[in-house]
Amino acid sequence: MHVDETTVRRIARLARIKITDEEAKGLEKELSGILDWVEQLKEVDTEAVEPMTRVVAQDLKMRDDMVTDGAKADDIVKNAPESEDHFFVVPKVVE
Amino acid sequence: MTELTKLTLKEASAGLLNKEFSAVELAEAHLAAIEKANVALNAYVVVTPEHALAQAKASDQRLAKGDARALEGLPLGHKDLFCTNGIRTTACSKILGEFVPPYESTVGQNLWNAGAVMLGKLNNDEFAMGSSNETSAFGPVVSPWRRRGSDGNPSDDKLVPGGSSGGSSSAVAANLCLAATATDTGGSIRQPAALTGTVGIKPTYGRCSRWGIVAFASSLDQAGPIARSVEDAAMMLSVMASHDPKDSTSIDAPVPDYVAQMQGSMKGLRVGVPKEYRVDGMSPEIQALWDQGMSWLKDAGATIHDISLPHTKYALPAYYIVAPAEASSNLARYDGVRYGLRVKGDDLIDTYENTRAAGFGAEVKRRILIGTYVLSAGYYDAYYLKAQKVRTLIKRDFDDAWNDVDVVLTPTTPSPAFAIGEKSGNPLSMYLEDIFTVTVNMAGLPGISIPAGLSGQGTPLGLQLIGKPFDEGTLFKAGKAIEDAVGRFSPSQAWWMG
Repeated sequence: MHVDETTVRRIARLARIKITDEEAKGLEKELSGILDWVEQLKEVDTEAVEPMTRVVAQDLKMRDDMVTDGAKADDIVKNAPESEDHFFVVPKVVE
Repeated sequence: MTELTKLTLKEASAGLLNKEFSAVELAEAHLAAIEKANVALNAYVVVTPEHALAQAKASDQRLAKGDARALEGLPLGHKDLFCTNGIRTTACSKILGEFVPPYESTVGQNLWNAGAVMLGKLNNDEFAMGSSNETSAFGPVVSPWRRRGSDGNPSDDKLVPGGSSGGSSSAVAANLCLAATATDTGGSIRQPAALTGTVGIKPTYGRCSRWGIVAFASSLDQAGPIARSVEDAAMMLSVMASHDPKDSTSIDAPVPDYVAQMQGSMKGLRVGVPKEYRVDGMSPEIQALWDQGMSWLKDAGATIHDISLPHTKYALPAYYIVAPAEASSNLARYDGVRYGLRVKGDDLIDTYENTRAAGFGAEVKRRILIGTYVLSAGYYDAYYLKAQKVRTLIKRDFDDAWNDVDVVLTPTTPSPAFAIGEKSGNPLSMYLEDIFTVTVNMAGLPGISIPAGLSGQGTPLGLQLIGKPFDEGTLFKAGKAIEDAVGRFSPSQAWWMG
């Protein structure tokens, strides 16, 4: 599966990672190589096979619908690059 | 005091209980060794002497009162993938910057509740993505082992300690902690253990809580120990494992006494040897090691059986769809808003893109992009769904094998430790490091690596034992049989101590 530079740029945009022209060229080759290699999975007949969704059969547990944690606003914003009055500050998104 | 750093966990615990030395003395000996050796090995990314000595002091008070817990006063290294309350945690990525978690991982808390002492945080591949510890933002870790050059003399080549838990394996092998925590998504406990002559076990998926561990691929990640003996690994896992309501995939089943299970009889244990692991171009020394492993287990009372795991060759390619797909989702949270690095741009999207461009290393970016690609519109069925179906077949292979055998024996790695830089140019050749370990994660099974011999270059090689779900006890028992037959391994000269 060949991934061209336009596709690399589209994927990088979806992943929100800015890439340089040089990186785009390198990634074109590397991603194509890896995707070529995983093509071998096509040899496997999976027609009647269910996808694996869990490793060990176990019903998800339900917990009581109660508040068990909270009132930690200071802790939550403590590591933020920029915060104000317990809000995360981001660049303006609406004009 | 350097002798204190060479003890096993078991010996150190006995020494503390018999008042031969104190927990503070034990911690001080290790802190002094780290101070001397870390420049050469780069195993620790944070050393926490005050924290360690405070814990050790509390342990000494407990010991004086005869109130010692399972790991009382025993100094450990802690992989930087585990969140530590009030102590910087970065997963060895620039994107987490100076992140200081306000909470402790469940596995970490279990260890401290049992009296263990934390010496510091250990280096690893960035977000645990790598097999050589070369992708860390803090630089590569060096193995204490050295190989022989073609002239037969020790070479100065810096060898990798494996990865992603390279800080853990290097520190345990170099006596910079008695044992260490680690995590394993595709081989990150077992491969570094094999390359450094240490014991590493990845338990069954769900045996250890993933809460508070920086996520890589959630359906594959598991925590486990790296230690210097099988018994030490059993002691560690007995404490690390627990049911945790904070991780819905953790299993609500009692944790057995693994040290007791390790001492069980080997009589009649059925050991499977899968023919698919005899890969093309397998080196004669790996083949010889494997044969040797079979005869040791046979001598201990086991029977050897040829088995087939037909989908083995598809495990690695399927892994390189599943793991990057899950990673691309998990790592979406690093956006420069709530924690870590922020590189400002013209607007919010530009800020995200700049932050992630500057914060992630090349291997992490590569995996995020692969994951984004295979999950993107129109490709989900062809890649992720297909890989998850292949995973069902891999698991089914093992389910069938358990009708005939109790445990499976394979080599841990296809080759001994390589030098830093030797494989970093080609992602695919690095991915092949995990060819024997990754099936275990795909099927969710427990796997242990046991030191089993030295290569022609004088560096360690490991054998892997794979068990039924939640049958870690059998892995410790069979692992002990190999250890009893071959002994333990450590580097001959402590060159790293300067």
